[in-house]
Amino acid sequence: MIKILKYSFYDLMRSRWSYIYFLFYLILGFVLLFLNNDVSKAVITLMNIIIILVPLIGTIFGVMYYYNSKEFTELLLAQPIKRSSIFLGQYFGVAGSLTLSLVLGLGIPFVLYGLFKSDAIFDFSLLLVTGAFLTLIFTALSFNIALSNENKIKGFGYAVLLWLFLAVIYDGIFLMSLIIFKEYPLDTFSLTATMLNPIDLSRTLILLKLDISALLGYTGAVFKQFFGTNTGLVISMVMLVLWTAIPVWRLSYKANRKDF
Amino acid sequence: MKVIHKLFFITLLLFGYFLSAKTIIICPTCKVKSIKEGIAIAADYDTLLIKKGTYKEYNIQITKPLTLLGENYPVIDGEDKGEIITIQSNDVTIDGLFIINVGTSYTTDYAAIRVVKSENFLIQNVVLEKLFFGIYLEKSNNGRIYHNKIIGDAVDEYNSGNGIQLWYSKNIEVEKNIVQHVRDGIYLEFSDNITIKKNTSTDNLRYGLHFMFSNDDVYTDNTFENNGAGVAVMFSKRIKMNGNTFKKNWGTAAFGLLLKEITDAEIINNTFEENTIGINIEGSNRINYTNNNFIRNGWAVKVLGACYTNVFSKNNFLYNSFDISYNSKLNDNSFDQNYWSNYTGYDLDKNGIGDIPYRPVKLFSYIVNRTPETIVLLRSLFMDIIDFSEKVSPVFTPDNLMDANPLMHKRK
Repeated sequence: MIKILKYSFYDLMRSRWSYIYFLFYLILGFVLLFLNNDVSKAVITLMNIIIILVPLIGTIFGVMYYYNSKEFTELLLAQPIKRSSIFLGQYFGVAGSLTLSLVLGLGIPFVLYGLFKSDAIFDFSLLLVTGAFLTLIFTALSFNIALSNENKIKGFGYAVLLWLFLAVIYDGIFLMSLIIFKEYPLDTFSLTATMLNPIDLSRTLILLKLDISALLGYTGAVFKQFFGTNTGLVISMVMLVLWTAIPVWRLSYKANRKDF
Repeated sequence: MKVIHKLFFITLLLFGYFLSAKTIIICPTCKVKSIKEGIAIAADYDTLLIKKGTYKEYNIQITKPLTLLGENYPVIDGEDKGEIITIQSNDVTIDGLFIINVGTSYTTDYAAIRVVKSENFLIQNVVLEKLFFGIYLEKSNNGRIYHNKIIGDAVDEYNSGNGIQLWYSKNIEVEKNIVQHVRDGIYLEFSDNITIKKNTSTDNLRYGLHFMFSNDDVYTDNTFENNGAGVAVMFSKRIKMNGNTFKKNWGTAAFGLLLKEITDAEIINNTFEENTIGINIEGSNRINYTNNNFIRNGWAVKVLGACYTNVFSKNNFLYNSFDISYNSKLNDNSFDQNYWSNYTGYDLDKNGIGDIPYRPVKLFSYIVNRTPETIVLLRSLFMDIIDFSEKVSPVFTPDNLMDANPLMHKRK
């Protein structure tokens, strides 16, 4: 598995895409800091980018990589290698290189601008951690979609739809249901609904740091417990890990049974 | 000539002082062992010098003009039995005492130091701990409360008292006090012409500073941090609020500043930082908000009905989750030349003022007002999209509510 991981990783490195991705974040980080001179505003802008762009790129990249390397995968399948290690190796290769580009691309400008000296270090590392998780989650989801669809166009379509659904449509439905059922106690429902969408989940994690004063304005014991103590942070982190683990598990499960 | 006059006057005063006033020394091993004893034998304008030690006394009545001067903070322990010092005379000074264990009662407001119907008093350098009410002024005028430290241990509102309470008192200066862990840090009721300066009021159960039916008061350069609500100004007129800091007042009903039925006030040069609600305004008219900083609050300003002719100008609104929130479509307040960190317009003629107006009320804040649970959708892409559509054509928010001249750069 490590060998395949390494291969996928270097393959991506050679293909320049990860450099472009890395450079994009690097430039973004510098521009943000250069224009704002204020870490708190930069962190807000970064949050928007991380919860929208990172999942999109993870999804598209994952699907693309899977379909592109399909012939090579079939070649590997003919070799005496465990199936799960082939697919997991490829997955971790892609996800790892994307995560590395993200963390280095955003990390370098912030470190150069004296992040270690400012007190925003925790907020910022939380941003990077959620960004990394989102990459892992959405790459895994897109690999799952690609594995289940032989047709490239269909696979792409589903992947983009998945992103659109989780990034925009889900929140719309969520909001509508909150407004329609506003006569009922909704705090448990709204927190659960947040947990069931990785994008909302990462947003909540960042909000815990950024807008905690507003979040504490709502009267509700469940909210207070969730946002006012460390419970929120712990639960959200556990959910993020679950969101990564389940698609990865399904990937290896599906790969073992698929008829190529 | 003037100087000579003054000198002459001072010499006269000093002479008078040395001639008439004497000093009575009180200490556990002296002839006079208790403060009550000292007061009993003292003549008018005497000084009681209280040496270091513990005095277990309560209900100390000061009925003549005296100076109680503590040396190295002598402890007066009330043993939770009741009120400790009651001043019922003009010209009393209390300086440098450490008073603990004031009695708690559900029927009487026991205080560490109570001033009743007296004038020209001075209470300074006093430390109060384990108290019910701290310093309680009752129909007393022209006094000064300076540099005291009041540290309570209040847990519930119903059985705790206020740090400094002014009731029907006029022309008082409250300066450089530190008040912590009581119900209301400083409480004013029917008290006019009060100056409250450079105090620090933190961790109080209810309000850091609380005005009720008090007019023409000024409070400047105070710090209010982590209280139930920083300052509550209710049913009062012509209050001036300058240069104060309101910080970290977090919670479901927590405000930096709460204004209720206030008219003709001035709010200038204050800083509101990380409060759930920076300023909560209800039924308040003709108030000028100028040069304030609103930094990282949940709601910088929340307007709840019946607020007319308020003017917000030259303020900085920086990184608040919501800048302004309204609960109606009606607006009679004006916003002019503020800096809004969320402003996305441009300035083509380079005059430092944005070319397109800024609308501080977002559709989302309107939704959150109606369905509070939707707060979990804060900063989601969907919300940004509908906020944008509302910005382009306002339907739910007051359409004349805007800052026509938003600043491009933060006001220093």
